[in-house]
Amino acid sequence: MSQLKEKLLSSFIAFEEQKNIDSYVHGIRTKAIKKFEKEGFPTKKMEAWKYTSLKKTLNYDYKLFPNASEALEFKDIKEFLIDDIESYKIIFVDGKYCSHLSETTHDGMDICILSSALSQSKYDLVIENYFDKISKKDGITSLNTAFSSEGSYIHIPKNVQVDKPIQIVYFSTGKNESVLYQPRNLIVVDENSHVEIIERHQSLSNNSVLVNSVSEIYCNQRSIVQHYKIQDDNRNASLIDNTFISQQRNSDYTLHTFSFGGELTRNNLSIFQNGERIESTIKGITIIGENQHVDHNTLIHHKKPNCNSYQDYKGIFGENSVGVFNGQVLVEKEAQKTNAFQANNNILISDKATINTKPQLEIFADDVKCSHGCTVGQLDKNALFYLRSRGIPEKEATALLMFGFANKVLSSVSIPEVKTRINNIIAKKLGVKIGFDI
Amino acid sequence: MSKYTEDDLKKELETKEYEYGFYTDIESDTLPVGLNEEIIVAISKKKEEPEWMTDWRLDAFKKWKEMKEPEWANVKYEKPDLQKISYYSAPSNKPKYNSLDEVDPELLETFKKLGISVDEQKKLAGVAVDVVIDSVSVATSFKDTLNEKGIIFCSMNEAIKKHPDLVKKYIGTVIPKTDNYYAALNSAVFSDGSFCYIPKGVKCPMELSTYFRINEAGTGQFERTLVVADKGSYVSYLEGCSAPSRDENQLHAAVVELIALDDAEIKYSTVQNWFPGDSEGNGGVFNFVTKRGLCENNAKISWTQVETGSAVTWKYPSCVLKGKNSIGEFYSIAVTNNFQQADTGTKMIHIGENTKSTIISKGISAGKSQNSYRGLVKINPRAKNSRNFSQCDSLLIGNECGAHTFPYIETKNKSAKIEHEATTSKIGEDQIFYCNQRGIDTEKAIALIVNGFSKEVLNKLPMEFAVEAQKLLEISLEGSVG
Repeated sequence: MSQLKEKLLSSFIAFEEQKNIDSYVHGIRTKAIKKFEKEGFPTKKMEAWKYTSLKKTLNYDYKLFPNASEALEFKDIKEFLIDDIESYKIIFVDGKYCSHLSETTHDGMDICILSSALSQSKYDLVIENYFDKISKKDGITSLNTAFSSEGSYIHIPKNVQVDKPIQIVYFSTGKNESVLYQPRNLIVVDENSHVEIIERHQSLSNNSVLVNSVSEIYCNQRSIVQHYKIQDDNRNASLIDNTFISQQRNSDYTLHTFSFGGELTRNNLSIFQNGERIESTIKGITIIGENQHVDHNTLIHHKKPNCNSYQDYKGIFGENSVGVFNGQVLVEKEAQKTNAFQANNNILISDKATINTKPQLEIFADDVKCSHGCTVGQLDKNALFYLRSRGIPEKEATALLMFGFANKVLSSVSIPEVKTRINNIIAKKLGVKIGFDI
Repeated sequence: MSKYTEDDLKKELETKEYEYGFYTDIESDTLPVGLNEEIIVAISKKKEEPEWMTDWRLDAFKKWKEMKEPEWANVKYEKPDLQKISYYSAPSNKPKYNSLDEVDPELLETFKKLGISVDEQKKLAGVAVDVVIDSVSVATSFKDTLNEKGIIFCSMNEAIKKHPDLVKKYIGTVIPKTDNYYAALNSAVFSDGSFCYIPKGVKCPMELSTYFRINEAGTGQFERTLVVADKGSYVSYLEGCSAPSRDENQLHAAVVELIALDDAEIKYSTVQNWFPGDSEGNGGVFNFVTKRGLCENNAKISWTQVETGSAVTWKYPSCVLKGKNSIGEFYSIAVTNNFQQADTGTKMIHIGENTKSTIISKGISAGKSQNSYRGLVKINPRAKNSRNFSQCDSLLIGNECGAHTFPYIETKNKSAKIEHEATTSKIGEDQIFYCNQRGIDTEKAIALIVNGFSKEVLNKLPMEFAVEAQKLLEISLEGSVG
């Protein structure tokens, strides 16, 4: 048994003592820690983790409960927020909710934090109906469940168009040594409602940080959820992001994942379509270099007829980076007339970079249209020549082409400020000073 | 005119018995059931093998004992009890024939029923058939023509005796004894198989062909094939299978090794029609085969397979593209019906520079069957400018079957270009309507569409085989309109 696992198991008792033993979640937590004890951390021997090893990441002596955090001011975190738009903000610093930086509401909807939702009885019904209902019961998710106490809690009731996007940002200041955070988000969007969510994890120090995050998102009938994940953390931070989405009839869920930073990023994404005429769209741009490792593991589970799903993941891999894509589309027997599309396009710009991709279709219904396409290649030499013959330096020309490659994913981003921000990050990442506001 | 409805078709298909299910009553000389070192020594002794071969087998057996049966494949079946199988069975009256007239007439009858008359083939196609009935070659034709060219085409047993140097040099080099559970088992107990050697610069003038048949009840079939194409040579090799109806599951664990030296080309075509089990899912053959080819510089290996039979298929003909500019190809049609399960595909390992591979896989599932494509394309860091194109299409007929794709792509070189495409669909109602409208009945329309769907692969088969393959497709799918 690894040291970290032992440490986690032994600290669970101490952790639970501070909590209300009679509460509903106590039972869930106790069950989850047992599950984690049995399953442990994933290893490369497991098919889903074949290409991603946590060995190095788990080797640090992580502190589990960070001490009181350093006071952060708005100017310290400004650059990590989409600051040029009005938005609700749920800001956490070192695992603690930071009220003076946040902007939450209880006016007609609940945009607040999980710890208060867990402790107040008026939220009991929602917690009992939704908490830990769709999350996978594997080792890594169970670990989060066992220690779940803080995170964002968003509940949008019927027929509400949320007036501005919600930003959820987790900071770590690193006054402590290496830290392990386990944020937990619960997002429930009721009938006919619409919400936009921007999520980010950011480390402000050079200590190693591991974030094991779990989000559960419920999209009820005819709801529309647009979700953005910006993963541009510093090089000592690793992220295991587990997101579970349950969709009801006619709902529409869109997720954009932008992976640029971090040492190791693993995205476990599962979408369950529980009704008819559902739309699910997941897209991603990954641009990494150095020794970075990004792994996208997606599952779209088609359970009912007449649903669509669309996946488009683009990746550019430099230096010693490793990219992994494992996209699974499962179409059950009942899910006739399903349309499922999946694309994964990759560009390797270094001989030491690696791409492992495994698009996977499992289909049990006959009247379906399912396809996947997957490519690994280089930039078009002719296009590069074309640009250079018109006086554009090689670096800029390459950047332009790469941007063009990734742009298809960006085009569907509905918040212009997010698009601009991503454009800037890409330009910085590619080392050019040109704007991409085409 | 009474309408021929989809239900009629379905019923007809379900009740369609395995056409080629019959049993040839030839006296067999069978070893007792079970698997242990004595049995292996006995097999080796029966075969009059030299000592090195016996040791080789025992070594494989030793390693096999430490291995576990793989479970990762997307198939469900009751594991065969390997201790209940007899590992050797050979036709007992075994004189060496010079011409077909001397062959047991009952045996010839077998081929007649199969529609593959040896005489006819001799005359028409110029195919040399190395007939393997229950693991031992009993008739070999066209040997003289091949001898002139210096081509060696004989049973594995004969090769071990007559050409020990060649066998020793190449056997187990592409598929090591310890490669996997079933390959190790095969290495320990293989009964016979074919050996083929094409000397330098020789273009084999005819298609070499072997028909395997499982014939004795309760006998596992453990064939071992080794094809070596020396520098600059060419050979096209055909392998076809068909087995009689049986109730208990039969195990077939073959090993096929291909070696294409510099500038050589090997074309390996398979039509597999082992007994798939009845419409209830009883019986049928377990087909766990390891096939792999090694390409040296500028060499080419092309696998073409039509898989219609077997209750459970587990088979991944692969190419190791070791040499520069070498080419690997894989063309496959896998048809599953009733309760059949197939998990098949290929592995293309790019090691050398400028290596190219093409994968075209067509899966057709009907009834309650499950059909999976599983493939690996691996580009090693040294494989500059390598190129891969993969396409796997699945066709679903009926709403109780499943089609799955598991492609693995691993790239470690920036100059590699890889394209992978997969689609899953059913036969469109509009397509059938179009045909109906023009006076083509539904059954014919399906055949037409399936044929069109698999044309890319059928085209790659040699003439004689293409006809048989088409026939097989029709038999396996006839009437399975969903």
